[in-house]
Amino acid sequence: MKILVCISNVPDTTTKAKFVNDNTAFDTTGVQWIINPWDELALTRAIELKSDAANSIENITVITVGAKDAEPTIRKALAIGADDAVRIDAEPKDAYFVAAQIAEYVKNNPFDLIFSGIESADHNGSAVGGMVSEFLDIPSVSAVSGVNIENGQVKITRDIDGGNEQVTAELPVLTIVQKGIAKEPMIAAMRGIMMARKKPLNVVAPVEVEALTEVVNYEMPQPKPPCKMVDPENVKELVDLLQNEAKVL
Amino acid sequence: MEEKLTIKGGEFLIKQTEANEIFIPEEFDEEQQMIAQSCDDFLETEVFPNLERIDAQEEGLMEEIVKKAGELGLLGISVPEEYDGFGQSFVTSMLASERMGAGNSFAVAYSAHTGIGSCPIAYYGNHEQKQKYLSKLATGELTGAYCLTEPGSGSDANSGKTKAVLSEDGKHYILNGQKMWITNGGFADVQTVFAKIDNDRVYSAFIVESKWDGITFNPEEKKMGIKGSSTRQIFYNDVKVPVDNLLGKRGEGFRIALNILHMGRIKLGGNVLGAAKRAVDQSVNYSNERKQFGQLISSFGSIKHKLAQQAIKTFTSESAVYRVSRNIDEAYEVYKNMEGCDLGRATMDAYGQFGSEAAIMKVFASEALDYIVDEEVQIMGGMGFSAEMPADRNYRDSRINRIFEGTNEINRILVTDTIVKRGAKNHIALFEKAKEVIAELDNLKDDYKSQGYYEDKRHYVENFKKVALMLMEVATNKFERKLVHEQEVLNSIADILMNVYVAESTMLRVQKLEAIKPADMCALYKDMLDVYIFEAASVISKHALDAIHSIEDETMTEKLLNAVRVYTNVAGVNTKDARRRIADKLIEENKYCF
Repeated sequence: MKILVCISNVPDTTTKAKFVNDNTAFDTTGVQWIINPWDELALTRAIELKSDAANSIENITVITVGAKDAEPTIRKALAIGADDAVRIDAEPKDAYFVAAQIAEYVKNNPFDLIFSGIESADHNGSAVGGMVSEFLDIPSVSAVSGVNIENGQVKITRDIDGGNEQVTAELPVLTIVQKGIAKEPMIAAMRGIMMARKKPLNVVAPVEVEALTEVVNYEMPQPKPPCKMVDPENVKELVDLLQNEAKVL
Repeated sequence: MEEKLTIKGGEFLIKQTEANEIFIPEEFDEEQQMIAQSCDDFLETEVFPNLERIDAQEEGLMEEIVKKAGELGLLGISVPEEYDGFGQSFVTSMLASERMGAGNSFAVAYSAHTGIGSCPIAYYGNHEQKQKYLSKLATGELTGAYCLTEPGSGSDANSGKTKAVLSEDGKHYILNGQKMWITNGGFADVQTVFAKIDNDRVYSAFIVESKWDGITFNPEEKKMGIKGSSTRQIFYNDVKVPVDNLLGKRGEGFRIALNILHMGRIKLGGNVLGAAKRAVDQSVNYSNERKQFGQLISSFGSIKHKLAQQAIKTFTSESAVYRVSRNIDEAYEVYKNMEGCDLGRATMDAYGQFGSEAAIMKVFASEALDYIVDEEVQIMGGMGFSAEMPADRNYRDSRINRIFEGTNEINRILVTDTIVKRGAKNHIALFEKAKEVIAELDNLKDDYKSQGYYEDKRHYVENFKKVALMLMEVATNKFERKLVHEQEVLNSIADILMNVYVAESTMLRVQKLEAIKPADMCALYKDMLDVYIFEAASVISKHALDAIHSIEDETMTEKLLNAVRVYTNVAGVNTKDARRRIADKLIEENKYCF
């Protein structure tokens, strides 16, 4: 069985977002880039599955759409335990563009089980996974919090309101995973770090695809107004504020 | 062979170094950054959520965490590959030490295991000893400890009474004695024990397994800080140590002990950096949340001053720590090509070469951390005094750094004494240069005109060096061989030397950063350099005056006092505004960001 994990290169989640060019572009100055946390959990689960020989997983590939500056993030995935990597050499314009590029690669290089994080920590689009499965015309399951392999079949746990449901799927299948898929992201071990540069990182030219969307501009949330303190004795003022200013009563 | 070094130990004082000749932490490559990230991730996952349990010394917990670090390969970073390590450079192992240094008591267990616990075997063990012990120390299958100190022998390390006597059949050494303050003592499987064979004057070193008959332990010591670190007294009662477990040669133990301490000292410099950065993070986080008089306390000048000082002390320590670390790597590369020089000898010679710089970093960085955690408590006010805040643990845990790996008192003496001795033995042209400085004093005028930002900074640093050089010359002439007994004078000169080394390292780093970092960040680095050099001038002046009046060389006093006035004269700096700009960046980023 061959596994593909889709990796997004995103700013560290503690980054203070700033925008330039009239709020039309994200300011990347001084930004530290990481593997999208959901993708990292997906990769962790893939490695856990591979570590059980009974699952007969021969290879884990990671794929990303990005320029050369995404390679440190890809090599981090190789250090954590992916066997090889693919970088589609293009700026990730929008979800449609990214999904089309990944799907095109997979059409020519089939995989049995594809993992995609439920969203990326930068644009939070939640769209790539579903689009990839549509392009490939294969089943996809979303909100996945557990993946196991039994007798060549994939057993999937997905969260639903108040509980979870168990799903099985024939291969190939794409799972869109969320927190719970793995307990903690795997820490890159020294051996993995030393091996990362020696593992294959294939750079693939993008195919011609038009992005369907364009970022017009970004807007920062308004700063929170200062907290108003009301004297405990003065219930009337509190009610008045809640009614007329906050308008919640 | 020493001639092939780009810079020799102590030579910083008499030689100008260019920015492109030093290593700065911004030059870590991708692999090194990944290793650092793994250390961070490890602390986040295994250590920070468990700090309370670690400090409570929950049975088996620390050992378990150390072993987990071993599973990730983090215990074998600098161990050669043939012994299941990763053969990484000293700079890389310093980076790991720095990151792990944020882990409070775990940091102590980690550095004791990877440093003094493993290095004696790595550098002095024979192939069989390394195969048997080092490979397992590298993977965490075994854990290590270093047993030097005894109840009656602390700073005077060679005065210990632990004895080893060869058995009648010649197969064992029979070990008797006791050791104390043994870090990791409660769980370490392997100990390097220093003991004197028969009536030897100096130690020999032995590899001892804790499970052997005749070894007993006192309960855990109750300590002010690093409460989670296991610290035991160990007793040896007719312990049979196979003769094959003699480490190095008979009588070589004290040299082993001292060389390992050189390494431990410089590593401590890195270790406290990690703790410092975390304390700065916590300080700025708190001041960005706490409101008084209707505004965040981070908006007050007094708090900004503290935050900026914390950052400056961290940044300057870091500049010097990585500069000397790369020098050690470079020296190792030279020594390993020497005929008949093995890994251990080359490594130890490299550490030994930079013994004074190691002592500088030990003292400077440990005192910087004490300042930083003290101000962390202060920034948090009443909450800082509460045991529920991390400032409490940081404050207590920091204190040991001024005591272990050689007290700061011993190390201050070493800073000056090592350089003086290297000069006396003509390893460096110290006294030639010092005599040139003294010759200048007759016609010394304060007529320097500004020539540019870095030119001015270099001029100041070179002048600071002259203060140290003239005092070393005068003190040596006055006290001759008795100089070592004039500890106060040696201490004053040591403080000057520390400021010289750190000022120069910071200046070179900031200069190098100009080509790497955006202009707005470079302006802040320059602010830090400005404040540091401005303050260093006063500190150097104060210590120089102390030394001059204590040396009481009447023929020289006036000339020396004039020289101090000239050589510590630096252009004024608006330190208030500079510190505010530094603090504002910290406040904006809400973390240490330099």
